[in-house]
Amino acid sequence: MLRKIIAAHLFALAALGFALGAQAQTIKIAILGPMSFVQGEHHWNGAEMARDEINKAGGIDVGGKRMRVELVRADTNEIQSVPDATNAVERVITRDKVDFLVGGFRSEAVLAMQEVAMDYKKLFLGVGAAHSKLGLNVEQNYERYKYWFRVAPTKDVDLARTLFAVLGSIGQQIRTDLKTDTPKVAILAEKAVWTEGLVAAAQKNLPALKMEVVGLWQPSAVATDVTAELSAIDRSGAHIVFTMLSGPVGISVGRQMGERNMKAVAWGINVEGQKEEFWQAAAGKAQFVSTLDTYAEVEYTPKTIPFVKAYQARFKKAPTYTAATYDAIMILKDAIEKQGSTNADKIVAHIEKIEHTGTGAIATFDKRHDLVWAVGKTSGIAVQWQDGKKVPFWPPNVKGMQPFKMPAR
Amino acid sequence: MFQDILVTGLVNGGVYALLAIGFSLIFGVARIVNIAHTAFYMLAAYCFYMLLVKTGLGFVLAGLISVGAVTLLSVICYRLVIEPVREHEAAVLIATIALALIFQELMLYTFGGHFLGIPSTLEGAVRFFGVSIPYQRLLILVVAGAMLFLVWFVLYRTRLGLAIRATANDLEVANLMGMNVHRVAMATVAISVSLAAVAGVVVAPVFVVDPFMWLAPLVTMLAIVVLGGLGSLKGSLIGALIIGYVEAITVFAVPAGAYLKGAVALLIMVIVLLARPEGLFGIAFEEER
Repeated sequence: MLRKIIAAHLFALAALGFALGAQAQTIKIAILGPMSFVQGEHHWNGAEMARDEINKAGGIDVGGKRMRVELVRADTNEIQSVPDATNAVERVITRDKVDFLVGGFRSEAVLAMQEVAMDYKKLFLGVGAAHSKLGLNVEQNYERYKYWFRVAPTKDVDLARTLFAVLGSIGQQIRTDLKTDTPKVAILAEKAVWTEGLVAAAQKNLPALKMEVVGLWQPSAVATDVTAELSAIDRSGAHIVFTMLSGPVGISVGRQMGERNMKAVAWGINVEGQKEEFWQAAAGKAQFVSTLDTYAEVEYTPKTIPFVKAYQARFKKAPTYTAATYDAIMILKDAIEKQGSTNADKIVAHIEKIEHTGTGAIATFDKRHDLVWAVGKTSGIAVQWQDGKKVPFWPPNVKGMQPFKMPAR
Repeated sequence: MFQDILVTGLVNGGVYALLAIGFSLIFGVARIVNIAHTAFYMLAAYCFYMLLVKTGLGFVLAGLISVGAVTLLSVICYRLVIEPVREHEAAVLIATIALALIFQELMLYTFGGHFLGIPSTLEGAVRFFGVSIPYQRLLILVVAGAMLFLVWFVLYRTRLGLAIRATANDLEVANLMGMNVHRVAMATVAISVSLAAVAGVVVAPVFVVDPFMWLAPLVTMLAIVVLGGLGSLKGSLIGALIIGYVEAITVFAVPAGAYLKGAVALLIMVIVLLARPEGLFGIAFEEER
């Protein structure tokens, strides 16, 4: 009897050892995102595509040993709760023993998650948050924050550069079409930390672009009704509504502008407007709403169109910018294979020097570990909703762009 | 600008009134602070979305089924959750908060955090004093008016209304006079929630449907009913118009402070409470009713 018990224990130990051995053959990557929301859904989808592609090819070559990628889905619930986000990071690091962190969306939450990741010296590739402070931390305290890189999007200041570049182009079209020298711009920015710098920059730079700022309206990010704001904007005679919206208010703006038959055209950041579901959510009223975006069937990089097509075929929808988790994992793969190691310090040193052609950007990183901004490389694209379809229209030199349209007057 | 404020305030006030009437009714009659009131509004909006957009039923049928289903659910919730603790006001408050959160999480689990759109029942817009008003918003005004009339009719022209008012006046005496006060309370809950459901069906097409859509109107609605006077239907209507106008004035007078419109509305509520604790048209608080 005793022999049987000892034999059973030995067998169990052997099985456990085998299981642990098998586990060591994988590289564990935590995908951090608000999984009940579109942003988290696309975080996960992009990561799954990268994982399947890598594993199908035999895994990542780590110094001659092939290791498969294992994803750990971490619901940060960050849209509703920052503490939930930090708890999720703590959990995947201490309990799931992940090797790398990828994702994050809401700047306030990612700043907190960044702290936890740096405490554990875990490499964290950000895909979603734009706040400059994330990169500034790296510059100000390199030894602590060097494990952070921002893969998407560009930092807020660079987003502004793209916004003004496109705004200049739209302004020119209005000058030609409407025979006016000074297009009128109404700034409609949700009240949030991330819009403060953009609003100040817009108020300062638009007169230099020969545009008149007719007013600034700042609804709450969660406002569901902007009729009063739109009435006032309509009354101001604005030609362009310069939007900075990340919350559901972006849907209300799109829909209610359509319902009121406004002659002004909306351009700016409208995160909800980047989603495939936007047209339905705005009840088909968001005609001509335009927004900064990342993915469309255009040759932004050689990998963009194949990725977008594969994504659409698999998930029956177009990717949003948080699907750049695909690029983040591919950057990791490249760094691990070149270094022949999963050591975070070695990988950091490698990523600092690379130029990675991804699906949404051709990425190089500056001393803040932020993307180096360049039109046609990391600036992203501009899209406009036309008859239920997201139509890309900027930068004009990228193959596949189509004309920007104005509401009939 | 004056005409913008006039029209925008009236239309938004109509939207708020539709939500506030039902809440005020249930508090005024049954003394139930139903925090889940706007959660039922959210459920009706989801139900309407499913029936109209997903199954392709017409507006009328989808609307009727949504209102009926949510009203039935409210009666079940009343019997199972509220009635057993009705004697304890704090317990009722907590129970209805719990109900609202359960509904929210159920919708989040079922539909995710996606924002859904419902097509307008009436398409198009009309210009009034130079201000563009979508027909859907005018429909809300009409429905709010009709609902108010209907509630008045039920309360003052039917036997059920008499029983409801008697129960509201003195629950114990009404009980001693042979009225089934539990059944009256249940009927009141059903009427109140059906108003919230009507609001969900009519108002949701101008907003977006999501699991958290019940929170913002809840705060505004509390401000309205406290401002107008807890339990006063007339007060709710006038409170709704005041809040609608205050918000419109805030946006037009301080465009960069548009996000403050909710805070300004709440500030007015606090000022009114300090000057007149029972609200504009409410009855003075009593230890016992």
